[in-house]
Amino acid sequence: MKNHSTGKNRSTRKELIEKGINGIFFLCGLVSVGFVLAISIHLVISGLPAIREIGLVDFLFGAKWLPTATTTEPAFGILPFIMTSIYGTAGAVILGVPLGILTAIFIAKVAPPAMASVMHTAVELLAGIPSVVYGLVGMIVLVPGIQRMFDLSSGATLLAAIVVLSIMILPLIINVSETALRAVPREYEEASLALGATELETFFKVSLPAARSGVAAAVVLGVGRAIGEAMAIIMVSGNVANMPSLLGSVRFMTTAIASEMSYAAAGSLQHQALFSIGLVLFLFIMMINVSLNVFVKGRREND
Amino acid sequence: MDSIMDIRNLNLWYGDHKVLHDISVSLPKNQITALIGPSGCGKSTFLKTLNRMNDLVEGVKITGDVLYNGEDIYDPKLDVTWLRKHIGMVFQKPNPFPMSIYDNIAYGPRVHGITSKVKLDAIVEKSLKDAAIWTEVKDRLNKPALGLSGGQQQRICIARALAVEPDILLMDESTSALDPISTSKIEELALELKKKYTVIMVTHNMQQAVRISDYCAFFLLGDLIEFNKTEDMFSMPKDKRTEDYITGRSG
Ligand SMILES: Nc1ncnc2c1ncn2[C@@H]1O[C@H](COP(=O)(O)OP(=O)(O)OP(=O)(O)O)[C@@H](O)[C@H]1O
Ligand SMILES: [Mg+2]
Repeated sequence: MKNHSTGKNRSTRKELIEKGINGIFFLCGLVSVGFVLAISIHLVISGLPAIREIGLVDFLFGAKWLPTATTTEPAFGILPFIMTSIYGTAGAVILGVPLGILTAIFIAKVAPPAMASVMHTAVELLAGIPSVVYGLVGMIVLVPGIQRMFDLSSGATLLAAIVVLSIMILPLIINVSETALRAVPREYEEASLALGATELETFFKVSLPAARSGVAAAVVLGVGRAIGEAMAIIMVSGNVANMPSLLGSVRFMTTAIASEMSYAAAGSLQHQALFSIGLVLFLFIMMINVSLNVFVKGRREND
Repeated sequence: MDSIMDIRNLNLWYGDHKVLHDISVSLPKNQITALIGPSGCGKSTFLKTLNRMNDLVEGVKITGDVLYNGEDIYDPKLDVTWLRKHIGMVFQKPNPFPMSIYDNIAYGPRVHGITSKVKLDAIVEKSLKDAAIWTEVKDRLNKPALGLSGGQQQRICIARALAVEPDILLMDESTSALDPISTSKIEELALELKKKYTVIMVTHNMQQAVRISDYCAFFLLGDLIEFNKTEDMFSMPKDKRTEDYITGRSG
């Protein structure tokens, strides 16, 4: 007599497999959550001691960063880094966002399909260029250019960093806004055209507002990318701990960590303070992500 | 009968596919003209040649003349935005913009250069009243139009089209997605509108054509088979094919 597996048997086996696979998914989920938690906890633990020793106010609002001074008292104020990061990011947004949005409108709405696909591919390539290459090109082309244009002793300035950053966030802004613009129902645009609006009026008054939450998300992502970037701008910004000025050499939060970590003596206050900068940067980026979530949520509620 | 649009020997192709065959007809002013015919016969296509919305379709080719008050609307020198301001359109599916009710109605006038708040307020109120939806929305003009019911949204779209003061209103099965009550509201509205406007509407609903249209055009496979006063067409159709269609024997 043959041994038929019964329907009941089969279903329990399926259930087992189902449960097993669910378990694997759960584990995978745990791994990434675990990493996030581990990094956050580590940052807090290693970032707090220096802040406690220096004092929160002196650390955040001190305008002098002289971690290795010997003749005078060493100073650990990171205000120049914070301000530079904020100015640099704001500058990149001011340059990159309008350019990115206009490009996205062009690709998504105006350009003939063949040209749109060429441009779309070009933008994707731009997104794939490693940041160190942006830095290199900036160093070779942009820095000497700025030096000559403004007759400076060095062209490695905040301005150069802003230009590099704005080009780096461009593909992100273009791609995300383009997707949002393409998702605008054609019926909206037809309704506008049927009312006698021109195509341009339609894109700016109907398509763009209809895609606004997606475009806002693009801007926030761009901000996140710009504030977290180190490699490209370390090469073009001069890396001096000045308060930011457009034509002066500057140091960002990210570049401070990257450049000093290599020589700060392990366990020294300077070394610990670098972790504290990391913690501050981390908080900035958390804030940006929270605002991104708010936008995305607002978008779901609007629809 | 005073005609507002004269179509002469109109042919239309989508790529190689010929969709309209040598259509000639004059559409009467301040009347409701219904376009009827089986699905795919070219009613929407014909309607869209009247305000040049077909221009947006890739690979479309048109020959013949379409005259609006004697003026050739396919003249290359003609300003399409001017044309579309005068020949408004309401689509099959309600498509209000994702904006407030007020901004939806004010959109057209703003595009055409009206900025004064006082004027806009007046236009919005008048258009919403003309579209028989003012009392339902007057207390929530700043709420999103997408929060309204389908029938209300469609009347918002009609109000939006009326706000630019067109001469002609094209309606493409504008009641097909609506319940009977909303439908009858829009039908009453069309009857009201023809005092001031010319209405040209596509419909699949024979009763609707009989109820509200003055003239009727029957299309079949891209040909205009018959054009006549509605009562005449439905009481004694001249063409056998028209008779078969309106009595439900074909299509
Ligand atoms: N954008 C387009 N590109 C190519 N062919 C099209 C396009 N729009 C319509 N057609 C074709 O043209 C013909 C007429 O279509 P049209 O939409 O005018 O028909 P209709 O009478 O409005 O039908 P329905 O009652 O189903 O709305 C159909 O064969 C259709 O497939
Ligand atoms: Mg149709």
